[in-house]
Amino acid sequence: MDLKTTYLGFELEHPLAPSASPLTGDVDMLKILEDNGASLVVLHSLFEEQIEHHQKLSEHFINLGTECFAESLTYFPPLEELDHGTEEYLDLVRRAKEALSIPVVASLNGSHSGDWTHTARLIESAGADALELNIYYLAMDMEETGEAVERRYLDTLKAVKSEVGLPVTVKLSPFFSSPSHMAHRLVEGGANGLSLFNRFYQPDILIEELEHYPHLELSDSRDLRLTLRWLAVLYGRIACPLAATSGIHTVEDVVKAVMAGASVAHLCSALLKNGPGHINSLKKQLLEWMESHEYESLGQMRGCMSRMNCPNPAALERANYMRTLYSW
Amino acid sequence: MTPTIAAMDGNEAAAYVAHRTNEVIAIYPITPSSPMGEHADAWSSEGICNIWGGVPSVTEMQSEGGAAGAVHGALQAGALTTTFTASQGLLLMIPNMYKIAGELLPTVFHVAARTVATHALSIFCDHSDVMAARQTGFAMLASSSVQEVMDFALIAQAATLKSRIPFLHFFDGFRTSHEIARIEVLSDPVIRGMIDEAWVRNHKLRAMSPDHPSLRGTSQNPDVFFQCREACNPFYAEGPGIVREMMDRFAKLTGRKYGLFDYSGHPEAERVIVAMGSGAETAGETTRFLAGRGEKVGVVRVRLYRPFDVKGFVECLPPTTGRIAVLDRTKEPGGVGEPLYLDVMAALAEGVAEHPGRFQKFPRVTGGRYGLSSKEFTPSMVKAVFDELGKDRPKNHFTVGIRDDVTHTSLDFDPEFSLEQDGVVRAMFFGLGADGTVGANKNSIKIIAEETPNFAQGYFVYDSRKAGSVTISHLRFGPRPISASYLIESANFIGCHQFNFLDRIEMLDKAAPGATFLLNSPYSAEEVWDHLPCEVQKPIREKGLKFYVIDAYGVAREAGMGQRINTIMQTCFFSISGVLPREEAMASIKKSIEKTYGSKGREVVEKNFQVVDRAVANLHPVEVPVGVGWRGRPAPVPDIAPDFVRRVTAIMLAGQGDQLPVSAFPPDGTWPTGTARWEKRNIALEIPIWDSGVCIQCNKCALVCPHAAIRVKVFDSPAPGAAPDSFLPVDYKGPEYAGKQYAVQVAPEDCTGCGVCVDVCPAKNKSVPRLKAINMLPHAEHVDRERVNYEFFLGLPDPDRESVHVDSVKGPQFMVPLFEYSGACSGCGETPYLKLLSQLFGDRLLIANATGCSSIYGGNLPTTPWTTNAEGRGPAWANSLFEDNAEFGLGFRLAVDRHQDQARRLLTALEPEFGSGRVRQILEAPQATEEDIKIQRNRVADLKEHLKTSRQAEAERLVPLADYLVDKSVWIVGGDGWAYDIGFGGLDHVLWSGKNVNILVLDTMVYSNTGGQMSKSTPLGAVAKFAADGKGVPRKNLGQMVMAYGHCYVAQVALGARDIQTVKAFLEAERYPGPSIIIAYSQCIAHGINMTIGMQHQKAAVESGFWPLYRYNPMNLAKGENPLHLDSKSPQKKLRDFMNMETRFRVLGFMDPDRQSELLEAAEAESAQYWDYLEKLAGLDFSNQVAGGTPQSKSE
Repeated sequence: MDLKTTYLGFELEHPLAPSASPLTGDVDMLKILEDNGASLVVLHSLFEEQIEHHQKLSEHFINLGTECFAESLTYFPPLEELDHGTEEYLDLVRRAKEALSIPVVASLNGSHSGDWTHTARLIESAGADALELNIYYLAMDMEETGEAVERRYLDTLKAVKSEVGLPVTVKLSPFFSSPSHMAHRLVEGGANGLSLFNRFYQPDILIEELEHYPHLELSDSRDLRLTLRWLAVLYGRIACPLAATSGIHTVEDVVKAVMAGASVAHLCSALLKNGPGHINSLKKQLLEWMESHEYESLGQMRGCMSRMNCPNPAALERANYMRTLYSW
Repeated sequence: MTPTIAAMDGNEAAAYVAHRTNEVIAIYPITPSSPMGEHADAWSSEGICNIWGGVPSVTEMQSEGGAAGAVHGALQAGALTTTFTASQGLLLMIPNMYKIAGELLPTVFHVAARTVATHALSIFCDHSDVMAARQTGFAMLASSSVQEVMDFALIAQAATLKSRIPFLHFFDGFRTSHEIARIEVLSDPVIRGMIDEAWVRNHKLRAMSPDHPSLRGTSQNPDVFFQCREACNPFYAEGPGIVREMMDRFAKLTGRKYGLFDYSGHPEAERVIVAMGSGAETAGETTRFLAGRGEKVGVVRVRLYRPFDVKGFVECLPPTTGRIAVLDRTKEPGGVGEPLYLDVMAALAEGVAEHPGRFQKFPRVTGGRYGLSSKEFTPSMVKAVFDELGKDRPKNHFTVGIRDDVTHTSLDFDPEFSLEQDGVVRAMFFGLGADGTVGANKNSIKIIAEETPNFAQGYFVYDSRKAGSVTISHLRFGPRPISASYLIESANFIGCHQFNFLDRIEMLDKAAPGATFLLNSPYSAEEVWDHLPCEVQKPIREKGLKFYVIDAYGVAREAGMGQRINTIMQTCFFSISGVLPREEAMASIKKSIEKTYGSKGREVVEKNFQVVDRAVANLHPVEVPVGVGWRGRPAPVPDIAPDFVRRVTAIMLAGQGDQLPVSAFPPDGTWPTGTARWEKRNIALEIPIWDSGVCIQCNKCALVCPHAAIRVKVFDSPAPGAAPDSFLPVDYKGPEYAGKQYAVQVAPEDCTGCGVCVDVCPAKNKSVPRLKAINMLPHAEHVDRERVNYEFFLGLPDPDRESVHVDSVKGPQFMVPLFEYSGACSGCGETPYLKLLSQLFGDRLLIANATGCSSIYGGNLPTTPWTTNAEGRGPAWANSLFEDNAEFGLGFRLAVDRHQDQARRLLTALEPEFGSGRVRQILEAPQATEEDIKIQRNRVADLKEHLKTSRQAEAERLVPLADYLVDKSVWIVGGDGWAYDIGFGGLDHVLWSGKNVNILVLDTMVYSNTGGQMSKSTPLGAVAKFAADGKGVPRKNLGQMVMAYGHCYVAQVALGARDIQTVKAFLEAERYPGPSIIIAYSQCIAHGINMTIGMQHQKAAVESGFWPLYRYNPMNLAKGENPLHLDSKSPQKKLRDFMNMETRFRVLGFMDPDRQSELLEAAEAESAQYWDYLEKLAGLDFSNQVAGGTPQSKSE
């Protein structure tokens, strides 16, 4: 059985790849993930906040109250250039590359154009095989148009691509007026892959305290639906491989993702819940499922349920929504 | 080889040489010498080596006494060793200095000379500290400029190694230690060229070693001690020659020539001044000018003060010398004269005796004092001294720089006489500490000194308050070396970075005719004139100033730079001051921006570049109109202020304290309390405004306010029409004051705008939960209304103290705070505890306050926060020293006890006359509650009335003691630097004593007042000065140590975590009849946190187990209960989550993540272990235990 797949130019043994998560921030764990069958790994994200916000905050607090009072002109020792995670991250990239034989994809996470290119260049120098740009932006400004929001993404991608030679994949949010068009423009802008979709943590409301509360919930298989639809819509129509992320827990989820068009099935919550051994378990189940269903290769299965190939493309469109209601 | 040029201050210059030439450095922080140790520590942390390739070890000790001991030990063991200190610190080193000198151990102590506390503490400069060490046997070498500091540090190091005499190398605190100047940095070849390896080798060969054992520190008897003491004489006899030799060697290496005594001036001078330190620079500069005019004057700069080279001194004076004025920067009350004066007199007597024909006649010598506590010493004062010498009968034992209208010692001087040179840009900048003015100016100095051929000098004057502090920068730039070691007297550039300063700070009196005046103004060039007070308009017109405005805050806002106006104002300065050609200046600023922000990315750099361009575009000249307006500055204090406040405090507030004569002041350091209320600083941008509809009347806002600027009151409804329309109280919610009204009121002109009150307010607006019962709103929009409300609020009667439910969070807030409007940092974590203390016991409170933050915001002039109630009672407060506070407070207790005992005996003796029943009532009265106290006060008042008419001798003796029949509450207050480190020995003894004292440790876990040095309370994993790589050992567990005594009440509290526990602890500690200690978590600016949410940090500290809350009350034993009561739950939050909230911990992860990880794990283990221990201890069954460790006073 041939489970091989190609993603960002890398030929992978199979499509199961841990996505950016707390598990992928430690070299020992990365090694365990590889030993448990990971075909590619996306390192945990270096956050824009980490680089810029923390930097500003720390510098603000270190300088707070200085040069005011003759006895205490400063409150901290002269600190060497503070590294707010970049150097630590680069070190992770370097050590991951030394320790692993599978492709190592670094991940940059942010919402503003910022100084991404500078950081991307450092990541490339540290030896990453590819880079995932996890761009998220919550458009709350009433003056900002959808076009302007899309421009942020494209500008960021363009800036990074102009500076680095390594493959760049973009992890997208689903919140675009025209996701297909956006995907198309990103690929035109140089994206070597697209990862669908970023899952935002939705704040909850504490009704006693009258406060919003940042609530982190792990995904389950139901979260895969949105991804499946857009994988199916995009597959075969844009010139880059697709990765499925959010909600892949079972072998059926993997199969669905591949059938919709994914070259890679990213795992996060499933690994947090079940541990690294889940990769090999899924791989084994995938083999069994494909054998039992007489598939010869992953390539044979990929995209079979895409909008282009599926028997009922209308099911992916608005009519599907109506029928769901009628059939309830 | 071209010497390296750098801009640095005196402290850095001394530390540079000390670090290059030593192996061991043991220090203790003290202003103004602390930066020397900090530099050395930072360099060692970076792995910078000394000239022998080793990284010097830098160790912070628990006191200067400890540092001197460690230095002594390291010297005995053969290490090249040094230390840095000042003032009281040097005094604490004296016992070891005798030993070090007696044992001929070579070392250099670098001292930033500072006033020794007498009637008051002063952090500023004079020579009272170094003069107090002149008898120890140390050689003393005085530097008078930053360049000399670096040069003499090396000369002293070489001389000590060759001579074996230890050296005290000193320079003037702040004036030289903090002055930034362009200097030539000594290279390693020069340093090596000065130090013979043989001297170092010999020092090491003399080291203690079991391989060639010796014995030192013997105890000697009358038969030999004297002879042994005299055995060192040859070393001292050779000392001056060796220093001269080192100076000559130094001159060959660098071209800079120095002598033991450097004479300059007219070759046939008749009048000569002798001086040391930076004052000698001023004397030299003035002498050059006067001699250039043909006046026969000269000056002798004393470099080597000990060993005093009599021959060299006499020889350096011109034979024509007829009059000598010796200037001492110290005072020795009761002495014949000050030390240098006496030395000069003796030297002349000896010298002339040896060489009778040296002078035409024996010179007439007078002595004078100048510059105490950094009092300015200017060319006009030098000229006044020369003028006085020219009189027939020159005044002796004079003072210069002040007006002494009591004993008439002072010399008059002409304030118009100035030596400011042409061709020197003299710029003064008035800024806020928070606006970055000083930082920008330091950057300007670096640009000019290091990147142009110009010389530069910068000196910075800071406020005595920590919140909203004003800074005044004095910068000189010019093509020739700058020797003016005094503030700018005539500026050709003045920058005012805050528009509101114009209404309270005189600045244009320093403007030279035709000078440039740059104002950061919210008003345009066309509008600004009408908004200036006439005191500003007048000099602009009369002096023909070139007046420019820029709306720097507007430019900063547009550029997305927030409140940071430093680069904008710096750009404007370079643009119009002419200090550099404009294009060159702009290029230099941009280069500097590249250097500062380059690592942060192109975008940040570009943003700053844009700011520079925008600044230039928004800078506009003002066309000065012909007319001058009528609006004057408001008076510093209102007319209703007390006489002393109007006569003295107001003058100081106006920045004119230098003009006050001696007669204005108390001779013994006794000052009135309650003066902060007269100073209305209006520093908040936003103030809390009450929304009565949302308020639940919990009083937490008042409890946590660090400045007593938000208050609560219950009162009867004011008469109709009595209250201002804007004063809107509501009905009190609760049975205890049913029918009364309630109000929360801000003191709008005293609030610092920290927002802590709003943060802790638990009541949220149900429709708009971002709003609370108090909300921060713009000061400008609310101040007028709230000022009227506050005045009315203060006039409302306070509830009777005995009516207050004191054992609660809410109740004590109805008691008047007797600690208000201090100069502490905005959001200070310490002051709410002091305010609570003042509310609970303020009317019978004696406070011994250790030196530190609390003594500074508690007692730093011009205004102080401790105040009185309507009856005139309030805390009596005093600060002795840093190291002795527990003992100082114990002294209060001992005295109060004796007074009380004496009063009781005298009262008993008056029993026949005053009546047995009344006497018994007084003697047996309980004094546990406010009601008890009030009744006792009435009884004592009755007694005092009686005493007025009594003819008994006992009655007369009882008059000054009668008030002691009402119990007094003695509190000993200080920070962790005192309690854990320098004062621990005394603290331990006082606790052991069993006496009824209460100790409050305001624990910031770091030396806050001196700028964030590690203390033994600094937690594991925290970054602090001297723990730059994170503190590697846990904090000392003071509470646990004191519990071990068994007879002490101990509480660990955190107001922001459990306020009721704090209140209970204060009440229990005070009620406990033996020693008690409260260790209070106090968030601090040195933690690197948002001070607005400081109380949230306290909560997190407790919830994470970082700061367990407990009370240990030995009295529980008598009830068969466990004395230890845990007041916090087992940790519900991860310790690392708390630690990651604070920069002090977090920053380590940005520098060394592995180290942080290691320390976090260690901290978590330690914390868990301690919590487990506490839980077990608190769970022990004491029902069958017999009470032990009964407090002594209880048994008495």
